[in-house]
Amino acid sequence: MIDTEQIRKDFPMYGRGGMYGKRPLHYLDNAATTFKPRQVIEESDRYYTEICANTKRGDYALAHDADVAYDESRETVARFINADPEETVFTSGDTMGLNFVAYGLMPRLHKGDEIVLSQEEHASNVLPWFRVARLTGASVRYVPLTEDGRITPENLRETVNENTKVVSLASLGNVLGQPLPVRELAHIAHSVGAVYVDDGAQSVPHSKTDVRETGVDFLCFSGHKMLGPTGIGVMYGKKEMLEELDPLFYGGEMNARFDSSCGMSLSDVPDRFEAGTQNMAGAMGLAEACRYLTSVGFGNIRDHERKLKRAAVDGMLANGNATVYNAGTDTGILTFNVNGVFAQDAATYLGDRGVFVRSGTHCAKILPEFLKTQATVRASMYIYNDEDDVKALVEASGHAEDFLDVFFN
Amino acid sequence: MKQIITDNYQYPRGVKETDDPSFLTVHMDSASCIDDIYVQAKIEDGRVAEVYWHGSGCAISMASVSIMTQIIKGKTVGEAEAIMGEFKKMLDGKPYDPAMLGEAEAFANVNRQPARITCADIGWRGLEKIFRKAAGEGAE
Ligand SMILES: Cc1ncc(COP(=O)(O)O)c(C=O)c1O
Repeated sequence: MIDTEQIRKDFPMYGRGGMYGKRPLHYLDNAATTFKPRQVIEESDRYYTEICANTKRGDYALAHDADVAYDESRETVARFINADPEETVFTSGDTMGLNFVAYGLMPRLHKGDEIVLSQEEHASNVLPWFRVARLTGASVRYVPLTEDGRITPENLRETVNENTKVVSLASLGNVLGQPLPVRELAHIAHSVGAVYVDDGAQSVPHSKTDVRETGVDFLCFSGHKMLGPTGIGVMYGKKEMLEELDPLFYGGEMNARFDSSCGMSLSDVPDRFEAGTQNMAGAMGLAEACRYLTSVGFGNIRDHERKLKRAAVDGMLANGNATVYNAGTDTGILTFNVNGVFAQDAATYLGDRGVFVRSGTHCAKILPEFLKTQATVRASMYIYNDEDDVKALVEASGHAEDFLDVFFN
Repeated sequence: MKQIITDNYQYPRGVKETDDPSFLTVHMDSASCIDDIYVQAKIEDGRVAEVYWHGSGCAISMASVSIMTQIIKGKTVGEAEAIMGEFKKMLDGKPYDPAMLGEAEAFANVNRQPARITCADIGWRGLEKIFRKAAGEGAE
């Protein structure tokens, strides 16, 4: 069980008595980014206060300290997803990782090839593929969603064929929060010889990730959505996949040697994908976030989010003035609209009551075609959210028809 | 004031879509905002002969563009720009001339929610773009 009162002691954002200005802070936008525990902040600062040398290029002791800290961070993060360190590439975040994968696969994509996505994907798992499709002549197809918005093995099986070269899906969508049967889906992709890419931006922070178990070829995620620093993330790739992937960035520390006739030999993986000075403080902070989440335990995280989600759905239904789009999913994302109130107006009203949620399309700009609504309000929970947050959400939503009050009362 | 916004949201004025080539059209949408609003205006002899809008968005943006079309229609470009200037001052919380704004003064409090100022002026920014387009064409 998660003791939120205890957990909040670790988070400086709750340091001001759990208040934001004059109101209690009800932060429910964790799918966008999360608060950071003191442990992560301190470990990330430790780079600046105790190390502060560059990696992979010095002969002195301090530079060695930097190498050790960076390598250990990579080992910790790799272990967190059950990968080998050499398969674990640090990036600036999920978006960079997905671009690395998409552009890196370009030499393998040709006219007539197909890239399979879904309508629920985030822009970061759509636009790199649009671009690469445009450059290579490949085309983009979508797995049809079931009536209740799910991606199923049956639907993927019907979508793939011998032309499918890539299947790239978020294992937990950021709008409906539906977890995918990743292992089965990856198996289907592999059965037609396609590469399976897992956008783990939402799944990795909330559930145990094991790339050996799921068998995905690539997995990308961001540190900032899992208690880690901004500006750091991971691209995991199976060793043989990384060996075949073209680097997108070129520069220092990613080559072994080069000569004046433009010849170059690249470093081994994963260094090959880490051109230039890296975000050492970020990597150390992310490793600490992995340790923190492991000690909380993903079983506890799931139970906690499930409980809050259930309470939120029950409260919304009791209010009777809202449409909930994902009542059935038991992850911590609640997507809804207050009937007759535009999502942004509702979010402003909730925000005025200290309930911080997001409105819009949540970067999944094709999904509204499926939900038949232009925009939604999204509340997303994490380990430090409690029943009071949910109560405040439900209470404020119950009155959101009065949204213009925020400008007048 | 609140009633003016509610009215214009529920019963928007100036809504019309035209493919008349003598109208200039701008499409206002942005990554940070879900609003998807088109403003169309016909500028004749330095005067806003006609101004329409269509599209969808939040209550603030729709009510504001609705009111804007009612105020601006028939004004010279110079007059319209002066009104626009007062409207901006009001949104920025600076002293302004209420007499020039009429119903648009209903948005005086939008800056209590700073994130929403861009909703209140989306239609006005659209009109500004149209004026710039018109000026560009005139210069050619
Ligand atoms: C499913 C999904 N994919 C990708 C991203 C992009 O992540 P980032 O902005 O950290 O690169 C997000 C973040 O909103 C997301 O939810």
